[in-house]
Amino acid sequence: MTDPTVTLAHGNGGRAMQDLITGVLVNQFQPQGPTVLEDQARLPLAELLTLGDRLAFTTDSFVVDPIFFPGSDIGALAVNGTVNDLAVSGAIPCYLTCALILEEGLPMDTLRRVVESMARAAQQAGVTIVTGDTKVVPRGGADKLFINTAGIGVMRSGVTPAATQLQPGDVVLVNGPIGNHGAAILVARGELALETDLQSDCQPLHGLVEAIVAVCPEVRAMRDATRGGLATVLNEFADSAQVGIRLLEEQLPVEAAVEGLCELLGLDPLYLANEGKVVVVVPPDRAAAVLAAMRSHPLGTHSQIIGEVTQGSGVYLKTGFGTERIIDRLVDDQLPRIC
Amino acid sequence: MKYVQEFRDPQKAQGLLAAIRALGDQLTAERPGPIKVMEVCGGHTHAIFKYGLEALLPPTVELVHGPGCPVCIMPRGRLDDAIALTQYPSVILTTFGDVMRVPGSRQSLLQAKAAGADIRLVYSPLDALEIAAAHPDRQVVFFAIGFETTAPSTALTVLQAERQGIENFSLFCNHVLVVPALEALLSHPNLQLDGFIGPGHVSVVIGARPYQVIAERYHKPVTISGFEPLDILQSLGMVLRQLAEGRCQVENQYTRLVQATGNPVALAAMARVFVVRDQFEWRGLGDIPASGLRMHPAYARFDAEAKFTLPHGQVADHRACACGEILQGVKKPWDCKVFGTACTPEHPLGACMVSSEGACAAYYKYGHGRPHPAPPPRRLAQV
Amino acid sequence: MCLGIPGQILEITDGEQKLAIVDVGGVRRGVNIACIVDEDHPVESCLGDWVLVHVGFALNRIDPEEAQITLDMLEEMAALQATLADPPFGPIPAQG
Ligand code: SF4
Repeated sequence: MTDPTVTLAHGNGGRAMQDLITGVLVNQFQPQGPTVLEDQARLPLAELLTLGDRLAFTTDSFVVDPIFFPGSDIGALAVNGTVNDLAVSGAIPCYLTCALILEEGLPMDTLRRVVESMARAAQQAGVTIVTGDTKVVPRGGADKLFINTAGIGVMRSGVTPAATQLQPGDVVLVNGPIGNHGAAILVARGELALETDLQSDCQPLHGLVEAIVAVCPEVRAMRDATRGGLATVLNEFADSAQVGIRLLEEQLPVEAAVEGLCELLGLDPLYLANEGKVVVVVPPDRAAAVLAAMRSHPLGTHSQIIGEVTQGSGVYLKTGFGTERIIDRLVDDQLPRIC
Repeated sequence: MKYVQEFRDPQKAQGLLAAIRALGDQLTAERPGPIKVMEVCGGHTHAIFKYGLEALLPPTVELVHGPGCPVCIMPRGRLDDAIALTQYPSVILTTFGDVMRVPGSRQSLLQAKAAGADIRLVYSPLDALEIAAAHPDRQVVFFAIGFETTAPSTALTVLQAERQGIENFSLFCNHVLVVPALEALLSHPNLQLDGFIGPGHVSVVIGARPYQVIAERYHKPVTISGFEPLDILQSLGMVLRQLAEGRCQVENQYTRLVQATGNPVALAAMARVFVVRDQFEWRGLGDIPASGLRMHPAYARFDAEAKFTLPHGQVADHRACACGEILQGVKKPWDCKVFGTACTPEHPLGACMVSSEGACAAYYKYGHGRPHPAPPPRRLAQV
Repeated sequence: MCLGIPGQILEITDGEQKLAIVDVGGVRRGVNIACIVDEDHPVESCLGDWVLVHVGFALNRIDPEEAQITLDMLEEMAALQATLADPPFGPIPAQG
């Protein structure tokens, strides 16, 4: 693998592609066994059956710009995003796929960095990347590189979180300050000429979820608050269960720099993306135990109870003034505003 | 954040609210209907809804949400002109995020961008100038919107372009002036307003003096206000206090930033680069004399309207739209027949629904600002 | 209209063009400080100033004493808690 850049030949099925797969991908991801280079991963069922009683299966595509940003990059994001989608179902994430769409001319070093980052993230999350695909499109056909990952996890027996299960009185928690990923990306794009020390919160949530279900297998619902932020997840929850959700403004964890950015650009942190934040809803009598469990996990030290499920419909925020306002679904992406 | 958090402390609101209640009772003892105070500025409207301040007010005091959002009042014809600019292959159109979604008669800028137009979002006009410097082969037009708060920034940017000899930069100037618009409102026979909460950030530039005409000629009290919830409540109290004492003056609550004479550097830059238009169309209010700015002839080479041929079409507002009456305090958004049904933030028919600072959009988004909001009417409409 | 937010001048980057770095709650951005500079307040003395930031311009300096007066007044009212005899809104005529 000495080519300095990705060329169309790396996607045409020939020698160059073979080199790319073995030299860059297999080399990093290290799937095991004699059938590694077959067209499909072959997964032993027996092992999976020891972990639980159902499979969770998900897929997600990653097109973030820029591909490297403070705190993470598209590679780790592609792994953690899918790991988290599995984890919040109460599943133990096991296997991932990796499909790459590369733009012709992408520096090979950039690809290597991304793939290395994926491998590291996979190791950290305890998953193996077992199969994949690579396509190259002509320059301009894609922006540098896109990644799709699919993932399989095993659902722990007896743990069945689902948004439809929310009941009035339930308590809503989150594992730390919101909006850091969205804010970090906005700054990293450079168009607004801003500078912060903000980092993306991109991280795998499987360990934290394990801690939660250990103390509360009857957890009502969990979801990672990615695109559209906390507000979007809560609106999905409220709609699914036909309940209302009341947030307490004073309890919402927001870091100073995220707040500063939001004030400056007229944005609302409730709608900024996260990549390592899980919204958890539990029965009221389990809230204290779950909060304690979350806070004792490294990814949950700043966990907060942020609200409760109510009768009615929609998501409301109770302000410090004792008033309420609707937290609606996002109509469109937030744009920086001056007025 | 310093100078922000202190003015958001709910603990300190109670005394203010009690005083507002007392003054409201006193003032409505001998007249029917609530006291109506207009917050002119969309920034105030935003804060009022964000903190749910209306729900804290007694029934004797009502806030009327004013025309102070430069995005909402942008006539559709001007947007069509901006989109027409992007049809010049050499043009890069730069603008603030606020206007990206505002519908023109056929398209919004966002839609034009999706269709291939070179439109770039900037935080500051200075960023637009930088784009011009980086692309000497292109014509960079800055779609300038905003009241007197923003106009000095674009004026100073033009002056900087002149100093640096950047000739491929121009302004599509849509700056508007607050006081003429208020006068237009005040001269309307239907008007039902008792006083004004004046726009704080406009006043940072123009000072307190220009509002004198409202106090003197139209006999309405004005209090220039900061933007945090305690600022707004205090200013509302000051307006009520003036009414109770039979005074009509221009008072200043925002003394930490507003001086009587404004900011001389900002005013000088504006005076150099801009001249007042004979009239400018305000969406929802129609043509208002001397209410807009255009480029000074001496700066014609930085004037997109001089450099490019534009359609200058006029597009009438929707017939059902009640924005004009809402701005006069005669109607509330839900009095409009199409509020929340045909007219939503996704598909605004009128000015007040266009940006989140418009009265209709704010009511729609934040559920009337009532303590326990009923489900918004649109949900009923969808069923 | 007109989002403006307090920030503090961290650094003067170009005295001649009157450019500086401002900090808003940990977010740093280059701003033009022409509006806060005059003979009595030259560029160098802007360092550390608290200013109102709007679209990349420092529009005005925040007057700490006036801010304190407003806060004191709010404080007083919070303490006063509605002794209705004298509604606590002193007139502050803005003539001048
Ligand atoms: S709801 Fe729409 S059409 Fe009706 S007044 Fe408001 S902006 Fe105009």
